[in-house]
Parts: sequence; structure tokens; C-alpha cells
Amino acid sequence: MALTHRSTNLLKPLSAAVPFTSSLRRLFSTDDATAITVETSVPFTGHKCDPPPRTIDTTPKELMTFFRDMATMRRMEIAADSLYKAKLIRGFCHLYDGQEAVAVGMEAAITKKDCIITAYRDHCIFLGRGGTLVEAFAELMGRRDGCSRGKGGSMHFYKKESGFYGGHGIVGAQVPLGIGLAFAQKYSKEEHVAFALYGDGAANQGQLFEALNMAALWDLPAILVCENNHYGMGTAEWRAAKSPAYYKRGDYVPGLKVDGMDAFAVKQACKFAKEHALKNGPIRLWLGSCFVGKVSFELAEKKALLDKILEMDTYRYHGHSMSDPGSTYRTRDEISGVRQERDPLERIRKLILSHDIATEKELKDIEKEIRKEVDEAIAQAKESPMPDSSELFTNVYVKGFGVQSFGADRKEVRAILP
Amino acid sequence: MERDARVCVMGEDVGHYGGSYKVTKDLANKYGDLRVLDTPIAENSFTGMAIGAAMTGLRPIVEGMNMGFLLLAFNQISNNCGMLHYTSGGQFTIPVVIRGPGGVGRQLGAEHSQRLESYFQSIPGIQMVACSTPYNAKGLMKAAIRSENPVILFEHVLLYNLKERIPDEEYVLNLEEAEMVRPGEHITILTYSRMRYHVMQAAKTLVNKGYDPEVIDIRSLKPFDLHTIGNSVKKTHRVLIVEECMRTGGIGASLTAAINEYFHDYLDAPVVCLSSQDVPTPYAGTLEEWTVVQPTQIVTAVEQLCR
Repeated sequence: MALTHRSTNLLKPLSAAVPFTSSLRRLFSTDDATAITVETSVPFTGHKCDPPPRTIDTTPKELMTFFRDMATMRRMEIAADSLYKAKLIRGFCHLYDGQEAVAVGMEAAITKKDCIITAYRDHCIFLGRGGTLVEAFAELMGRRDGCSRGKGGSMHFYKKESGFYGGHGIVGAQVPLGIGLAFAQKYSKEEHVAFALYGDGAANQGQLFEALNMAALWDLPAILVCENNHYGMGTAEWRAAKSPAYYKRGDYVPGLKVDGMDAFAVKQACKFAKEHALKNGPIRLWLGSCFVGKVSFELAEKKALLDKILEMDTYRYHGHSMSDPGSTYRTRDEISGVRQERDPLERIRKLILSHDIATEKELKDIEKEIRKEVDEAIAQAKESPMPDSSELFTNVYVKGFGVQSFGADRKEVRAILP
Repeated sequence: MERDARVCVMGEDVGHYGGSYKVTKDLANKYGDLRVLDTPIAENSFTGMAIGAAMTGLRPIVEGMNMGFLLLAFNQISNNCGMLHYTSGGQFTIPVVIRGPGGVGRQLGAEHSQRLESYFQSIPGIQMVACSTPYNAKGLMKAAIRSENPVILFEHVLLYNLKERIPDEEYVLNLEEAEMVRPGEHITILTYSRMRYHVMQAAKTLVNKGYDPEVIDIRSLKPFDLHTIGNSVKKTHRVLIVEECMRTGGIGASLTAAINEYFHDYLDAPVVCLSSQDVPTPYAGTLEEWTVVQPTQIVTAVEQLCR
């Protein structure tokens, strides 16, 4: 209550005198002390573990950060959509809008020394790990200033300094890599964990079970996170998996089922998982969203009997990638239903408004600001040049050998491009 | 492993058992179970695990109990091992060594007698070497471990029992260099791994018949040491390649193409490539012998080339 009075008093005299953005910053980013108690949308379901409590403490600063970050991610993905349609982004582009709560919630629970590895839907997680908008857009457009110098593309974003290990095209192959990250952490005796993210489609890969077996065998600090958006490209999960209770797979590993559209649930789950992994070895997280809409109610009931894995129940609004309209295997009602009831950004917005941390207009202004930021980043990325032709041969081997390390004359032979 | 704490070994039965060919004998006692890790039978995943660990800075050595089993890890080797340095724009290096016994043994059966160098040779980003003597095995292994690039080291099942006096002190051999086994004037014979011994046996017969073959163990399968090979071709003008790979798409096929492309002017005769037959290796002893190149065939080929 005190906050409300303070904010309205400050706004009136200051808004005219002080530039808008700095007044926003003063109001929201300094308040780290007021505790706000939030309850997750649904309680956690645990498998072979005691689930964490539903109530979480947060601060206005955190709420505003969540809002800002998720709005930026949302805006970035929608901008990427337009860029793709304008043929500035080619090839594959897998968009993450709808699933932002996972990226933001996870980031809030861990440090940059913990590792995250994911598959190809990696733009927003890259952003969460500290990647900049310019780097992201430049990489998407294949420019020199991209995070992988334009040589990776949409599916190969990496940021070594912040522990973001990509960015992988082949579904499921990143999970053994994630186990390797956890192995290295255990080897070096660091008190950090590795999060290996995969989707419900990848959950049927054999290498996941192999990796889980090894992680459990050696007590590696690995957390396997299934981002269940219910569709493996065009195939709904109940058509692909006999047991869609992904958090129960690999029975001997504890699991937790989480509502992946609720950033605080994700944060709580990841915090819990990190503590668990450091003490007891691997744990699975299943981030999923309850189905909304007529088509899926029966499925939801069926699933309710089986569910109990660490799953992040979530949902993607776009299709699998830009070449997939996303409407041949699900109804528009379902998509708009989820958007109305479970949208992660809306949830945070409602929380902010109900606790009087900001007004509707201020939030809209933040979104406008973000839109401008994204547009500027795109403009800057567009100015970045394409990689030089010599870059074709750099980074194939360390020390940049070129085409052949020893040509016929023991000179480095570099092929000359037309 | 003693020099660098980041070096670790992982593979099936490398720890307590000491390795299926005793390559890692007693290492687990010395360095512990985490550094010499016994993995379950999950090649795809433990190769992936090694690559993930290498991304953070560890230097794992992956053993394929038989190189043929690494076909299960092909995705990890091709996509992650070979490509991550490139697709991350240089952010990650993958200093992993993948090694194991391959090649045709004594009646091991088709699936345990595979030569994977032909399948892996196209993968961009990896280096391949084949050792053939205890001396070059030690040197190449050390070089491979110290290299920042992923290296696949091909050992041969039948060469583990070789005994040789080698220096105690540390030495590292160049990963991209071929070895001059026997200098000569009449013909260049290029070979690697076990076929080196068949070639040397044939060379004895050839010398008795009056020929002077130059034998080069190419050692580096990717990239080829075209400098040494080129100088030899310029001298002798005739090339015979003797390999254990299959005829189709093997190392010999690539080497023939490379020599023809670069040294065409120096050749007096077409490059002849003796390879294994394009068949699954049969079990019966006599049939297996005919699959692989034998010394008598080498002698005949040299005589024909030098006519």
C-alpha cells in the first residue's frame, strides 16, 4: 500500500520534469525490498520427490524484470517472423513465443556459471543468457556481427562466457552433450549444474535414456528439462508417445511437473531442481501447459491419470518453424484459447497491475520502448556486412588451416571463391 | 594424464577391466574411477558426453571398444564433434581424441572387422591419423591429446602385440606428417596401419627380384601429407597404394584423386590402388585372407607397374 501512494505522488510532479525512462527506472528497479507473495497457477506434481511449495516470494523489481524480458523476447520473435517473410532470414527459423516463461523463469533461478544447452528453439534462451538483440538478429540474417559470426544461423546460437552451449540442430543430440557439461562440472568439483533442455518430440530419442542412465549412475549434477509444447512438429504428443508422462520416464530419476506458462512456477522448479541436483544427482523437469479448448479436454483428462514427470508444460503460438503454419494439426481455437487463458506475459501483466506496481499505460509504454529497441537492433544488424569470403575456411580447425594444411608446396592452399 | 589433469578416458571397460585390448591397463587404479570412466554400452551418448565435456575445457579420450561400434555415434562425431568449432564461430574447441581398434582381425566376423576411416574422412573439422608401430603410436597419441582439434586415432586389432624398443622420454609426432619407411627409386608404395607390414614383406621379395620400392606410411589420413607424397612421386613417377579400406570410397580412392590432381605431370603410369574387396568380411579363414590385400598381390602389382 505504501508503494502505491509513493508511486502516484512521485509521478505527478516528476513526469513533466524528468525524462520518461529514468523515472520508470527509479520507480521500479530500486524496489527490491518489498516482498510480494505469489502463488503458482497449479501445484507441482512430483515423482519420487517432494515437490516444492506453490507460494513464492518476489519483488516488484523482479516482476518488472520478468515483464521486460518476456516482452523483449516476444517482440524479438514476432520481428523475426516478419524478417523471415521479408526473406532476410532464410532456412529454418523456430520461434519461441508462448514459451518465454521458461527462459525467463530458469534464468532467474540460476547463475551464469550454470550451463544451459538446448535444441534449435534457442533465440530467447540466448537472450536470457545475456545475448544482445543485435547479435541475435545479425546471426539470423547471417551477418558478420552475429553471435556465431554468421556461420551458425538460427539453430546455432552460443555464448560461451555465459554458459550457453547452444543451439543444436539434431533433435535429442544435445542431451548427451548436456550430460557431458554436468560431467565436467562434477570433474572440476564446481558447485554448478547443467540444464539440458529438449522437447516432447525429442523425448522419444534413445540417447535421452542412455544419457539419463549415465547421469543417474554417476550422480551428475544434470537437470533434464522437457519443454512439452505438446507437438513434435506436426505430431501431437499422444500420437507419438505411449506414455506422455515425460517426467516419469526413467523411473528411477525423480521428476517434477511444472506449469511452463507461469514464470514463477518455472523459477521455483529450477531452484528446487538445482538444489536437488547438487545434492542427489539428476532430476527431470517437465514444463507443460494444461490444454485449453474443446479438442484437448479429453486428452487432458487422460493425461491427468498418467502425469508425473519434471515437465515444463508450455505452448508455442507459432508453428514448429516458419515453414509450418501451425494450424493443420491444431485448431485456431486452441491457439487463441491458450493465448487468452495462459499467456505468460499476460499473467505477469495482471500480477503487476493487481499489486499496483505500475499502471496499464506504463506497461504499454515499456512495450513501445521495447519495440523501438528491437527495431533499432534490426536496423543495426542490417547494416552489418556479410562475412568475408575467407571466413568460409576459418574455424574449421583451430589455427584456421584453410583448405589443406599442407599443399603440394607446403604452402597453405586457400581456395579462391568466384 | 599425469601431465594434464584435464585429460580423462571414457569408454566401455576401460577402467576396472583395463580395456578390451589392455590399452588402459592399471590407469583406473592410478587415476580413479572418474578419470578413467567405465561407461555403459551407449556409444552415441558417451561420445556426446565427451564432446559436451570438451566444450567446457576437459580433454577426454573416447575409446570405441571396436571402431565399428562408433557407427552408433556417427551423429555426435559428425555434427557435434566436427562442426561445433565452426558453427559457434570459434567459441568452442573440441579437443577430444576418439580412438579404438579397427580393421580386419583373425576371423572376428563381418561386423567386428570394419574400417571406419572411409566413412569418417568426409567429416569437416576432424583430423584422422592411423598408427602402425609402438613408436608412432606413442607419439601420435600424445600429439592427438595435445591437439585442440578433434582427432580420430585408428589403431589395428592385430598390431597390439608388437614389441619395439622406444624412448622413455616424452616425444610428440606431427599429426599431419607421413613416415618414410624405406627410401627407394623405382616406385612409391603408400600404405598405412597393418598393410605396412604386408608391404614390407612384399618389399623383401621385391628387393630380391631387383626392384627398389620406396615405402611411405602415410599415417595422416586426413589431411594427407601431400608434401612427402609429392616429393616421392616426383622421384619415382609410379604410385601404388596399398590399403585395408574397401575399394569404393576408401582412403585409397581419395588419395588416388589427390595424387592425380596435383602430380599428374610426374606420373609415368596410372595410380594403382590395392584395397580390400567390397564385401562384408567373411568368417572363414581362407575367405578372409582373400578379402584383404596379401603380399603376393603387392609384388605382382609392382612388377606390372614397373614394366
